[in-house]
Amino acid sequence: MSILFAILFYAATAILVFGVAYKVRKYIKTPAPLKIPTTPAPTTRSGVAFRMLKEITIFESLFKSNKWIWLFGWLFHFGLLLVLLRHLRYFTDPVWWWVALLQPFGKYASIAMLFGLCGLLLRRIVVDRVRYISAPSDYLMLLLIIGIGTTGALMTFVTHTDIVTLKSYLLGLMVFDIRTMPTDIILVIHLSLVILLMVIFPISKLLHAPGVFFSPTRNQVDNPREKRHISAWAIKLESSK
Amino acid sequence: MAAAKFDVPELKDYPIIPKLKKDAMAHSAPYVAKEEFQTKLGYPGELIDNWKEVAIEKMGELTDKYRSLSVYLDSCVKCGACTDKCHYYLGTTDPKNMPVARQDLFRKVYRRYYTLAGKIVPKLVGAEDLTEEVLDDWYTYFHQCSQCRRCSVYCPYGIDTAEISMAAREIMDTVGKGQKYCNEIIGKAQVLGNNLGLPEPALIDTLEGLEEDIEDETGVQVKLPLDVKGADVLLITPSADFFAEPHIDGLIGYAKVFHEADVSWTMSSYASEAANFGMFIGSYENMQKLALRIRQAALDLGVKRIVFGECGHAWRVAYSFLNTLAGPFDFLDSNYPVPQHICEVTHGFIQDGTIKLDKSGNDHMTLTYHDSCNVARASRMGDTPGGQFTIPRDIIKASCNDYYDMPEHSIKEGTYCCGGGGGLLTDDLIELRVKGAMPRMQALKQVTEQNGVTHMAAICAICKSQFSKIFPYYDFQMDQIVSVHQLVSNAIVLTGQTDGGSDEEDTKDAEQAA
Ligand code: HEM
Ligand code: SF4
Ligand code: SF4
Ligand code: SF4
Repeated sequence: MSILFAILFYAATAILVFGVAYKVRKYIKTPAPLKIPTTPAPTTRSGVAFRMLKEITIFESLFKSNKWIWLFGWLFHFGLLLVLLRHLRYFTDPVWWWVALLQPFGKYASIAMLFGLCGLLLRRIVVDRVRYISAPSDYLMLLLIIGIGTTGALMTFVTHTDIVTLKSYLLGLMVFDIRTMPTDIILVIHLSLVILLMVIFPISKLLHAPGVFFSPTRNQVDNPREKRHISAWAIKLESSK
Repeated sequence: MAAAKFDVPELKDYPIIPKLKKDAMAHSAPYVAKEEFQTKLGYPGELIDNWKEVAIEKMGELTDKYRSLSVYLDSCVKCGACTDKCHYYLGTTDPKNMPVARQDLFRKVYRRYYTLAGKIVPKLVGAEDLTEEVLDDWYTYFHQCSQCRRCSVYCPYGIDTAEISMAAREIMDTVGKGQKYCNEIIGKAQVLGNNLGLPEPALIDTLEGLEEDIEDETGVQVKLPLDVKGADVLLITPSADFFAEPHIDGLIGYAKVFHEADVSWTMSSYASEAANFGMFIGSYENMQKLALRIRQAALDLGVKRIVFGECGHAWRVAYSFLNTLAGPFDFLDSNYPVPQHICEVTHGFIQDGTIKLDKSGNDHMTLTYHDSCNVARASRMGDTPGGQFTIPRDIIKASCNDYYDMPEHSIKEGTYCCGGGGGLLTDDLIELRVKGAMPRMQALKQVTEQNGVTHMAAICAICKSQFSKIFPYYDFQMDQIVSVHQLVSNAIVLTGQTDGGSDEEDTKDAEQAA
């Protein structure tokens, strides 16, 4: 079991890292030949950085758009962020001070996250417009993360796993030393689902996480009159005339 | 007004999100372009035999050329935030007019051929083969998108359905299934210099007629110069300004402003069109060809500045793309932005007192303003973000006494398209145009009832034509749509003017009644 999961973890990490890197490389390499920021847009680089920051931290556009999706979505993502940060304590020894500081919040963040996820799932089922645009994978994605969150929360609040052994196992993985992994069923389910999530990350809509940084309507500076914007293939087109 | 062969949407007291009704607009598709117009633009004359392979290949090519497309196809999480943001969905209730569903027509094919998940488990991730039915759906629904970008404002990743519509239209052109209206117009503009195919003598005639009209009305010799070498300003305006109502009153307005401010200006018969339909079909090459005519005209006439007249899509291409497509413009006067919008020019003259406005010239109207989407969401005026909202409003408010905004959700960056933009302003799509105008009509009705608004001003040639056509379906009058520079024209005090403003008003009314 320990060895199997070690292999799976390594493979999943590789897929996640290389998969996302491959996609990000493609986004970087693909030019944005025309200026298409959704205006009003910032006219400076720092203005754009601020716009992006607002999109990523408070989901500004979504807030303008739909308060329910915003509420559920934000609770889910903010919860997820805290939960992920909390997980750092399994990978650091000694635990970084600010990770330790987050522990009590991180604990309840899983509840917020699950609440948000259930809200999103409910909307997907109940609102006719959202139901219409949903593919099976859209439901499964939510169920998958709900599954991860629930098993995780179960271990936090109900049936604790052997945290000391687990931490030693994970620290071992980081230095390529395979130690023993606890084998209680909840943990095994939790970890299997996480591995699945990592694997599908680069081939699914989870690409929105890197994608948002490359969206030309959001990350372009509104200065087409001041500065000529031209892509490599457009220059080629010009010189071939 | 002909009786409608379809149900005109009922205008509610407040906006509602309709329940979806499948295939409600499945029957609406524009005429397909004939061979002669396809080949002119370098596309096959009719649907080619191996269209499927070519279309799929083109899709790959486009995702490699446009980052927007590439990122947007991958990133949508189907959150649904955009589903109630499109005027065509609100007006037709057809679910495929929800922005994300429209994108999905494209995305499902992209997923099938270009993503791992779509290749292995298509059903699971909503991937689908490209079939004839899918192509028909594309043709139907990518011609029910006015590329207004309202959806992109509200999407958490800024996914712009317009980008996807443009790509889809380019692919359809590439396999020989182009749209008649757009492709015919592009063909005309590339040969004759304007979308209407007006030859030079007709232009001269029209402009001379207008000069006479202005002189009769005001006693002042206001010129509308054409092809004058060595003028300072080259004015590029939509060709509808030369003959359509209320566009033409806008053109008269520009002329009066230039006259009063003593600006030496000219129009060009070679580049007598501001609107660039190349954008609607997503074709960089065709858009560039049209843009280069403007550069050429500026060089030939030896002007120092380029100014654009009132036109929404034109201003997007001008403001956002012209420098890219036809720049650099280092041969022009660098003290002025290239290009400038006529509203920027007029606004400047109002501010520094060069022109005087007598607001009572518009006392017979209570006004509101329709933000044209391509001005609002795809461009700017002035130095600060949002200038595209304040500058036209400042001009209107300086020209009239009664002005009210429509409800906040329907203006500025949230403005609803008129329903006829993006290459859809054709009679074969009249049902779509009427239904798509519903959200705007609802907002207009609200200010009509609450504030007594009588007229709506706009700065887009398409918007103006569209509104004058569809107003009657909603019990408004055709002439309730006015040009912003028409208001300026009514209010401007010309030096040496013989008649008072009120006389001018009477003529105006007579004209409109005629
Ligand atoms: C830069 C980081 C990220 C940003 C800015 C971001 C933003 C968003 C936004 C705005 C939404 C739409 C609203 C909603 O449905 O919640 C969304 C949806 C979603 N996000 Fe993220 N996200 C990020 C990272 C992640 C990560 C790392 C995951 C991994 C689990 C994730 C999973 C999801 C899922 C599953 C949905 C769809 C929810 C649904 O089905 O309704 N996100 N994201
Ligand atoms: S708002 Fe954006 S991410 Fe959400 S469904 Fe629409 S296009 Fe997709
Ligand atoms: S661009 Fe405008 S017309 Fe097209 S889907 Fe978006 S909101 Fe609708
Ligand atoms: S015609 Fe006017 S309102 Fe309609 S899409 Fe164009 S700019 Fe927008």
